[in-house]
Amino acid sequence: MIKISRSHEFWLFIVILMMILGTSFRSPGFSSPGKLIEIFNDSSMLIILALGQMAVILTRSIDLSMASNLALSGMIVALINAAYPAIPVPALMLIATLSGLMLGVFNGTLIWWLGIPSIVVTLGTLTIYRGVIFLIAGGKWVNADAFSESFIQYTRVEFLGIPALAWYAILIVIAFYIFMTRTSTGRSIYAIGINPNAALYAGINIGKTKFLTFCISGALSGFCGYLWVSRYVIGSVEVAKGYELTVVAACVIGGISIAGGVGSVVGAVLGALFLGFISNALPVIGVSPFWQLAISGGAIILAVIINASSQKSGKRLILKQSEAKS
Amino acid sequence: MRESKIKLSGITKTFPGVRALHNVELELFKGEVTALIGENGAGKSTLVKTMTGIYQPDSGDIFIAGQKVELLSPHDAFSLGITAIHQETVLFDELSVAENIFLGHSPKTRLRTIDWRKLNSDARALLDDMGAGHINADAKLKDISIANKHLVAVARALSVESDVVIMDEPTAALSHKEIEDLFVLVDKLKNDGKAILFISHKFDEIYKIADRYTVFRDGEMVGSGVLADTTQSQIVQMMVGRSVEQIFPKRNAAIGSPVLQVKDYNHPTEFADIGFELNEGEILGFYGLVGAGRSELMHSLFGITRPSSGTLIAQGNVVSLKSPADAIDAGIVYLPEERGKQGVILDWPIFENISLPSLQSTSKNGFLQLAKEFALARKYAERLDLRAASFSQNAGTLSGGNQQKVVIAKWLAMEPNVIILDEPTKGIDIGSKAAVHSFMGELVSEGLSVIMVSSEIPEVMGMSDRIVVMREGRIVNIFKNDDDLTAEMLIRTAAGIEDSVA
Repeated sequence: MIKISRSHEFWLFIVILMMILGTSFRSPGFSSPGKLIEIFNDSSMLIILALGQMAVILTRSIDLSMASNLALSGMIVALINAAYPAIPVPALMLIATLSGLMLGVFNGTLIWWLGIPSIVVTLGTLTIYRGVIFLIAGGKWVNADAFSESFIQYTRVEFLGIPALAWYAILIVIAFYIFMTRTSTGRSIYAIGINPNAALYAGINIGKTKFLTFCISGALSGFCGYLWVSRYVIGSVEVAKGYELTVVAACVIGGISIAGGVGSVVGAVLGALFLGFISNALPVIGVSPFWQLAISGGAIILAVIINASSQKSGKRLILKQSEAKS
Repeated sequence: MRESKIKLSGITKTFPGVRALHNVELELFKGEVTALIGENGAGKSTLVKTMTGIYQPDSGDIFIAGQKVELLSPHDAFSLGITAIHQETVLFDELSVAENIFLGHSPKTRLRTIDWRKLNSDARALLDDMGAGHINADAKLKDISIANKHLVAVARALSVESDVVIMDEPTAALSHKEIEDLFVLVDKLKNDGKAILFISHKFDEIYKIADRYTVFRDGEMVGSGVLADTTQSQIVQMMVGRSVEQIFPKRNAAIGSPVLQVKDYNHPTEFADIGFELNEGEILGFYGLVGAGRSELMHSLFGITRPSSGTLIAQGNVVSLKSPADAIDAGIVYLPEERGKQGVILDWPIFENISLPSLQSTSKNGFLQLAKEFALARKYAERLDLRAASFSQNAGTLSGGNQQKVVIAKWLAMEPNVIILDEPTKGIDIGSKAAVHSFMGELVSEGLSVIMVSSEIPEVMGMSDRIVVMREGRIVNIFKNDDDLTAEMLIRTAAGIEDSVA
């Protein structure tokens, strides 16, 4: 498991590095620390969302409601901030996270108790959550002048030259890395994805573990709701529309297997950075938006091909060895 | 003059670590039913798959009507007139009966589209001709009974010009009345000049329907002839006789008081009236034919399926198992039959496999402690003489026998009271088999109790203190394994052969 994903992440890292070098040929200064930090900062939310999606995908499920969850949770804190500017921003972050968590619990409950496939449930809640934004906001936007200064600043203040938004992503990546590789729950998530039968026989509660991953993806979506509204200074029904597919794309490019059980935190982060790079760097060197989409799409297919072929060669190795033994 | 329809000569097929077929001969004749008989794992299924083009033999030749042929795909076999009716029908639930019959060779109109009118009328005619006029050709397959599905499978076999019809345990899921109907059909096929290979475990059926027999044991053909000239005892002898006597470890475990009591266990479809006791330090063998309900019963003892009624007493306490986690808490662990699918995670390192059920105890406040996991893996791997270069190496790189040891190690690490082994040595090499057997001896001498489901007579008789024989979801007899018990008695009990026949 580790071997396959390591090679995938290694190559993805090389590809990103080469793209940075290639771009800085055309546009000197692109590889300057400031520009790189900017790209990372721009990719922060995609990284956080990709981690949540990764936990879900590892268990052979999918959460298509993440972007709608983000938009709804973002709208809730936008409305609160507009109405009660005195409420401190950390409290709003918490509210956004809790709102996202509850939406995740709703997904997870339907999937766990009623046994409905996650793609169906979250396809439904994707629309429902968007609809609720319309209801609570009455179809109106929350505009830039409605937000308090601190609401906007909590993603912008810099520490050690890096904006807060990027710091949130860094902290969540570290926490998530520890969670996935160093806790028994993280191990269980991998186990039920790679071999649900073996996990069941080992006494792991599959339904509960899946439920938990939807709680995680929900809470992270909710937190990103605040980040998004603060960064782009707008709350509307249209926020992050269609972004759920970008998140899934980041996971797939990062080598997280849609079949479950294979993938790493590093992979998800690199996958998100790859997409963040494409949307940031290509305009700089004058590549048309069409080519940006085509490159993202091509990268997805390439990632799947690389994954499939590396797994195939692994199996061949097993056969050869056992043939030698028999 | 008997006309040979298909002849297999010197067929050998090996899988990594297992020799499934060795130098096998089989010939089927026009208008004759040949019964293929053998214990589980004797190579019957592999042979069927070779004849239907799913597997290609490593060596040997296949002749159809005297012509040497190569069956590279199921389609080749189909177009050469070989059709198989499998144990579990391979048909499509969502399609109609008529579509199922003609799938892949539907009658076409001039525009190369499916000629639905002809398809339906042909299906109707075929079913009527078979005496299956009660089946509605328009009905979706999922709406008809299992017996009727079998008839549809037969109709499919008849819808092409097939000369050779293979029936792989066609009666396993049928009632008595339905079996009678099937036999009428088999007679009809025979009179139509088809060559039929009939696979069944049930001797009464074989004697009723078959003309000739072929007996397989351990992938080799050990006898064949005309059924009318052969007694059941002779056939049983051929099935059981071993060329090499295996040596089973002696063990001296003191058998103590009951650790597990099962009372009146019932399940709506899988088993009924199950009651037995398992004592401390005992190896209790479970013998039966495929489909006798042994694995299903074990699943209920491990909380995977739930019995509709019944009581389970573990260590003196009544327990209700709602999930495998409950069973593990009650000190019961289960080693599943399908190692790759249910037991071992091939893409994971050995130590992670071993520690998976023990994560509760090896982790602290939810955080993994890799050093503890390694220690656990080392402790049990050494005890089992598990040979691996490193515990970080993927389990998939190990041989079948060592993989089995990984699974056993992970359960032992749970320190259970009762360990259920489902076909523990199926598909592993002789050396690893012996290691597993001697290990079972060690387990019971340490006071554990073992339930061993096995379809291999020598293993059951060599290892068990008592042997429970199941047939059709019920316990038929519990034998004490002493010198009076013979292999014939077990097979007869499992197959339901009356004593008087001998």
